[in-house]
Amino acid sequence: MAEAQHMEFKDTAARLAEAVPALSQSPPGQDTDELQGEKMILNVGPSHPATHGVLRIVLELDGEIITGARPEVGYLHRGDEKIAENFTYTQFIPYTDRLDYLAPLANNVAYALAVEKLLGIDRQLTPRCQFIRVICCELARISSHLLGVGCYAMDVGALTVFLHTFTEREKIHNLCESLTGARFTTAYTRIGGLSRDLPPGWVEQCRQFLNEVVVNIDETETFLTRNRIFVDRTQGVGVIPRDVAVDYGLTGPNLRGSGVEHDLRKAHPYLVYDQLKFEVPVGTTGDCYDRYLVRMEEMRQSVGIVHQCLDQLPGGPINVPDGKIVLPPKDRVLTRMEELIHHFINVTQGVNAPPGEIYFGHENPKGELGFYINSKGGGTPHRLKIRSPSFVNLSILSWLLPKHMLSDVVAILGSFDFVMGECDR
Amino acid sequence: MTPLELAQQFKAKFPGLISEPGEFRGEITLKVSDAERMPEVCALAKKELGFDYLVDITSVDNYGDDPRFTIVYHLYGYGHLCQLRLKTEVSEEKGDLPTVTSVWRTADWHEREIYDMMGVRFRGHPDLRRILMWEGYPHFPLRKDFPLSGKPTDVPEVAFTNAAPLDGGPFVTIAGGKDTMAREPRVRIPQTDALETNARLERRQDIKEAHGHSHGPGPIETKK
Repeated sequence: MAEAQHMEFKDTAARLAEAVPALSQSPPGQDTDELQGEKMILNVGPSHPATHGVLRIVLELDGEIITGARPEVGYLHRGDEKIAENFTYTQFIPYTDRLDYLAPLANNVAYALAVEKLLGIDRQLTPRCQFIRVICCELARISSHLLGVGCYAMDVGALTVFLHTFTEREKIHNLCESLTGARFTTAYTRIGGLSRDLPPGWVEQCRQFLNEVVVNIDETETFLTRNRIFVDRTQGVGVIPRDVAVDYGLTGPNLRGSGVEHDLRKAHPYLVYDQLKFEVPVGTTGDCYDRYLVRMEEMRQSVGIVHQCLDQLPGGPINVPDGKIVLPPKDRVLTRMEELIHHFINVTQGVNAPPGEIYFGHENPKGELGFYINSKGGGTPHRLKIRSPSFVNLSILSWLLPKHMLSDVVAILGSFDFVMGECDR
Repeated sequence: MTPLELAQQFKAKFPGLISEPGEFRGEITLKVSDAERMPEVCALAKKELGFDYLVDITSVDNYGDDPRFTIVYHLYGYGHLCQLRLKTEVSEEKGDLPTVTSVWRTADWHEREIYDMMGVRFRGHPDLRRILMWEGYPHFPLRKDFPLSGKPTDVPEVAFTNAAPLDGGPFVTIAGGKDTMAREPRVRIPQTDALETNARLERRQDIKEAHGHSHGPGPIETKK
């Protein structure tokens, strides 16, 4: 511990200056000409602990140095977009759980907001619904980053962190369970509202969790941020300059790690994000270490956001008062004619969306999760495209991996924090 | 600067090629009448109008219409925080358009996905291979004429030759039907289901005789 405190950190300019030439130069002590031997093809994945799912990368190696990388995706393709074309809008909600299965609540909210934008009711949601949705999004972000950081630490050799962050993540799943009835496959939102209100005592449980998780985040930082092994494995590794990050369409913490201060919650506030105070952390050099730091700070900001939401949480209904969009209360369905008709039409045909097309981008834990919906009217989309952040983020690998050492692959993949369920859809 | 102002500037650069901006739910859409000029249009959007981030490229299958495919580009600028949608059309006979990978490198995987799912080819793409489906797969699954259950293959027990029972099942609506009756999901005939399932079981019996094993439920008995 004493040694960790004496460790010196370079200032930003020095780190940047060191990191950028490292990409264009061969590693010290080795001349590129001497290394021209026989190239070896190494197949990483699709089933490998460091690939966090079923990603396959075909590496071309010269000794231990990577000279070429070809990522192969699609092993988890389930045809979600085709399924969406054949289901009503409401029926597709459970499928969104299975996109980024580490943050299902955020996917639910993103999809519901996209359909509501198509219907033109995204500004008419009830205040309580909007606050609860923000709480869901931020809990999902904390949960996703806890897992991302924990797995990353395990990938680069620190098993304790993984067990440590999972303890907190478990509490989020308990909260999810009492809120939605399921720990992972939440399917919590409905078009125009939510499936149910907060259960009694949930707010107190949530506050208790927030007080515990900040302690855990601080402890996690003491494990990693000044840990010599962790720093050596991540600083200056996987450097993505700002313009390359933008060119490859990176989003989320991976983009902000490269110094682009862009967060859809700030740039185009949806729900009640414009009423909440939070900071958008950005990195400076765009290396693996920066991406880790951004995630740690985002968790703290999310804790602050949830605190604010719980303080300001208004009462009132959670669904828009429109029987043509939201299912009417069950007791009225069984006694009133109009509600019965609404119920019947909603269940058999779905909400009647107008013809048109919209794109809605949502700041998910992994980046920008976008839904492009092309409607020709009626209860099913004509085309629903899921713009998943993991898919786009992974496309940079063929540019990023060459010139790194083989062991850096694990560090770089972990720092991207991708989910193949979302990448392959 | 608003998206509408940018769209007007855009239109002024290419008179006759870019349509009048259309607005829906606060989003601006521009139609590019000639798909061949997309790289030129996109390069100008990036260099002069500040659209440095290509959010997404996707495609829509307007089955039965001509031109059949619509390619949709979503552009965004980190400088002005405006989003713009560009649309262009490709006919089924032609089936290709020039790539924009030289403008944004992120277009690479988006274009591969469109080729994989819809079969629209991008000329000049550095590596136009299938991305989600496997190499050698003969069909384009997101086309409207590709059934939900999948098309036949020669591989035993991988895909069904008949339409799977879900097709027209109790919870499956028919996309793009003319009216609500055409979309009505409950026009399912149990007798037909049983016939199809039993036909498949007969095939499975053949497989069992050849390979010595088979898995799955028994036949459905038709109601009397």
